[in-house]
Parts: sequence; C-alpha cells; structure tokens
Amino acid sequence: MSDHDHDHESSAALSNRVKTLVAQLEQRDLLTEAKLDATVETFLLKATPANGGRVVARAWVDAAFKQRLLDDASAAVAEIGIDMSHWAPVKLRAVENTDREHNVIVCTLCSCYPIALLGPSPAWYKSAEYRSRTVREPRAVLAEFGVALPPDVRINVWDSTSELRYIVVPRRPQASEGLSEAELAALVTRDGLVGTALL
Amino acid sequence: MTARRFHIGDTVRTRAHGNGGHTRIPRYLRGRRGRIVALAGSFPLADDRARGVRDAQCTAVYSVRFDAVEVWGPECDANVTIAADLWESYLEPEHA
Repeated sequence: MSDHDHDHESSAALSNRVKTLVAQLEQRDLLTEAKLDATVETFLLKATPANGGRVVARAWVDAAFKQRLLDDASAAVAEIGIDMSHWAPVKLRAVENTDREHNVIVCTLCSCYPIALLGPSPAWYKSAEYRSRTVREPRAVLAEFGVALPPDVRINVWDSTSELRYIVVPRRPQASEGLSEAELAALVTRDGLVGTALL
Repeated sequence: MTARRFHIGDTVRTRAHGNGGHTRIPRYLRGRRGRIVALAGSFPLADDRARGVRDAQCTAVYSVRFDAVEVWGPECDANVTIAADLWESYLEPEHA
C-alpha cells in the first residue's frame, strides 16, 4: 500500500505549532523543555515491537498466561513489566488468531495504536487508504500485504474507537518447536501484531 | 457510574444520528445492528470531553460486533465482522 494519502502539515508549520505550544506550557509552569525531552526519550526508548514480541512468545509457551492475556491484557502485560498506561489511560486487549479466524487492527477515526507494545506506528497505518479499506474489504487489503486467507477463514476487524488498544496474538509458526522463549519473541513482527502479516 | 444497561450477548442498534459535535461512533456504523461481545471499560464520554465539559462522568463502553453484511449490504464478503468500542449512549436495545 502507498504511504501517504492524507494531507500532512508541512514539517515547518508543525514544528512552529509545537514550539508555540511548549512555550505556552512553560510560561504557565506546566512543563519544562528538559522534562518534555526526558519523557519523550524514556517513552520512545521503551516503546518497541520487541515488547509485543515478548508478550506473544510468553503466550505461546505458557497457556495460563495466554488465558490471562486474553481475559485482561493490561494486567497480563504488567506481569512482565510492560506499562500500557503511560500518559493516557488506555487499556489493552489481545485478540488471538486461529486456523478459523484472523484478526486485524485499525483505527478509522484517527490512528490509535498500542505504541507501548509496537513502537511508533508506520505511515501506512495512518493512511486514509488503510483506515477506510480495512473495514470495507479487509480480505483484499490483507492480500496486498501478502496475507492470503482462504474464504472460510473469518476476518475480525477491530476498529479502535474508544480507549482500548489492540494487539493480535499471531499463530505460532510451524517448525518453531524447541525454540527458547527469547528466540520465539524474535520471530514476532510488528505487522504480525497488527494482523497485516502471518508469521 | 451507574449500572451497565447492556450485557455481553445483548443485541443492540447504534443510534442513527450524532449529536452535531465530535463523536466517536464512526459514520459507517450508524443505525446498525450488532452484538455486544465484550465490556470495554468505563471512560468519560469523548463527545463531552471534546465540548470541554469539566469532570465528564465515566460511562460504560462496550465492544460491539457487526456482521459485514449488516454494515455494507449483501454483496460484501459475508465472512467478515467489524467490532468497535462504543459508549452506552450510542446504543439502543434491539430484539435479537
């Protein structure tokens, strides 16, 4: 899919808006630039798809953890030291792929995405094309990502319209027996966690 | 917050019209019949927050699943569902 279908503000205009906003917050003693830098750095350093990989690998090797993950994902990821709450009070839900059902995540209203578990979202996730077509013709969109699903596999699309964020628990790759949990985690890709790739 | 009006398994219909301002029910899901498949927490109504309502009350949010045919009509891929997380005030009871 192409990356940019929506209008982007020029980076100069955006940068000016951010500077103005930061200046206003500093004037009101709500923020210092140093504190802002520290927050952004800490958050971005911790926010990578490796977190999602750890969660999925644990679910593959530990059935009880997988059940807790599917029941209450925010609590389950906290068990392995991942904090979903960061600056917004979002909750996490995990949805599991099986041989009968495939899940895919989208945000049609904007671009909600579990950054803490996947890192910053790719440009295509935010594109008008992905956001509109994934709910209208998900099987065709997935085929364009190289995910060819037989017609009898049901596709469940999750549109993130409120304060829940979603991750997909992909099917464990065949021939992955005997791998360690860390090795399994390395097999998990960002797109697999969004549902736009198989592992 | 008050007791939840709906429960998992209930059939509901989304309201057909918005309130004229910001809302989090996507237009393509207005006036559609779906089923509650999960509870999705309790959060201040986004519509209120967008209007600057202070201390907006937390209200129940539900994960509502729609068959693609209900949303897009009989010509679409029938083996597709779409779920969205919708605040209680977006929903009306519907007989199954």
